[in-house]
Amino acid sequence: MIAVIDLFSVLLLIAGAVFFLAGTLGLLRFPDVYTRLHALTKADNVGLGLIIAGLALQAESWAVAGKLVLIWLLVLLAGASVSYLVANGALKRGIRPWKS
Amino acid sequence: MQLLFLAVALFLLCTLIAGMWRVLRGPTAADRMLAAQLFGTTAVAILLLLAETYDNPALRDVALVFALLAAVTAVAFVRRAWPEQVDDRSD
Amino acid sequence: MTLLAWGFDGLLLLGLLGLAWKALNSTDLFSAIALFIAFGLLMALVWVRLEAPDIALAEAAIGAGLSGALLLAALARLRGMEGNVTSNTGVEEAPNNIDARLVQWLSAILLLPVLFGLVYGVLSLPGNAVGLSAEINANLAASGVSNPVTAVLLNFRAYDTLLEVFVLLLALIAIWSMGSIQFNRSIETIGKTSLETTSSVLDTLVYLLVPVLMMVAAYLLWVGAHAPGGAFQAGSVLAAACVLLLLAGWPLHRLLTAMRLRLLAVAGPVVFVSMAAYSLIAEGALLQFPPEHAGTLILLLETVAALSIAVTLAALFSGGQGQHE
Repeated sequence: MIAVIDLFSVLLLIAGAVFFLAGTLGLLRFPDVYTRLHALTKADNVGLGLIIAGLALQAESWAVAGKLVLIWLLVLLAGASVSYLVANGALKRGIRPWKS
Repeated sequence: MQLLFLAVALFLLCTLIAGMWRVLRGPTAADRMLAAQLFGTTAVAILLLLAETYDNPALRDVALVFALLAAVTAVAFVRRAWPEQVDDRSD
Repeated sequence: MTLLAWGFDGLLLLGLLGLAWKALNSTDLFSAIALFIAFGLLMALVWVRLEAPDIALAEAAIGAGLSGALLLAALARLRGMEGNVTSNTGVEEAPNNIDARLVQWLSAILLLPVLFGLVYGVLSLPGNAVGLSAEINANLAASGVSNPVTAVLLNFRAYDTLLEVFVLLLALIAIWSMGSIQFNRSIETIGKTSLETTSSVLDTLVYLLVPVLMMVAAYLLWVGAHAPGGAFQAGSVLAAACVLLLLAGWPLHRLLTAMRLRLLAVAGPVVFVSMAAYSLIAEGALLQFPPEHAGTLILLLETVAALSIAVTLAALFSGGQGQHE
């Protein structure tokens, strides 16, 4: 039973790391602010979410798991609001979205 | 398990250092700020992994403060320090 | 495991040095600030690796959070002032290469003794120093708290914290004594120009985040007695809540210069000093707490200090004395 939980943890952590890698690659390779914003939120929301899920499975108590989830929710809230503010500000400043 | 936590933390640190390139390069102020924002999230993940690796619950508080204050810097940028002239030098 | 830890530390160190170099070397002020924020993040990770979570917490709150916002606001004001300076004097100061070179050499020469002093300091340290941790642990029971860092900062060496609280107050007085600085755009309108109208997304963020920030500040204050946390960390998280409100356009400027908030800003130093004076008379030593009341006294001291620190930091962010109307 414990081994199954460990396995899930490993899978979630590795998946989270992959999302962080994807986010960084997007940040480095995508052509403009808006597409980079898109890449960034993948790491913010999904990457951190998967890593926290993997860690929460190993948490010693419900309180610790709850704190982990709270941290994730806070990052989600901040990430979503800041993404909107940056994208909105960029549009208003006349930064044109990239077209191929 | 501890080994995996530390390995993932090291991997995330590698992605963070790689992301530094975007802070250096820009081209717009928003790009630099976004990269710094990603650093914040990555640092939260690293701190949580280290908390589990070294069994130090205080690090979760550090991660909590990081998660809370990342938004303050980003809002300060959007509201105050973003130049209004068009700096559209995107590649 | 050790190999991975070495790799982690090595990469952290390289990243830190690289960021510091680039931040110092950058000609664009905004890039320098973005790099400095990233530097604060890595610095907090370094403190974690040095097993100093208390300092990591302070660095996370102040280094990566507040000082970033403070620098960004300062940059916005510099931009606001630039146009004004040139239009007033009519003379653009041409960068003088010889002067700049001279200043660089002079500062390099002045910094050399500092460097030698530091190197000497590091080399003269005994190789196997045991430090004071044994003594601290022996006396921890009498300090009123169970976190050794808080015991040192607010009991054994409370005058350190006393002086730090005064440093913050001095910084605020220095900024306020700059008096009214006239900008070509008023401070109130920077950030609320044609491009930034009120935003419901920002308002929602503020409504959700500010209560959480206040709760976390209270938690950090309380947890400081037995785990990393304390007045400075709590105060800066509370200040971050004020900064967020200011950024969202709440009219806190007037409140922050009003008499009651001035009183709040000096409350921490005043309570600290009066407690020091009392202990000097009653106990015969500066800031010597009777062990049976030490826990309560430290909590009282920390609560007042945290409020003062929060108000002072928020006032630092808000800047000059209420001249913006």
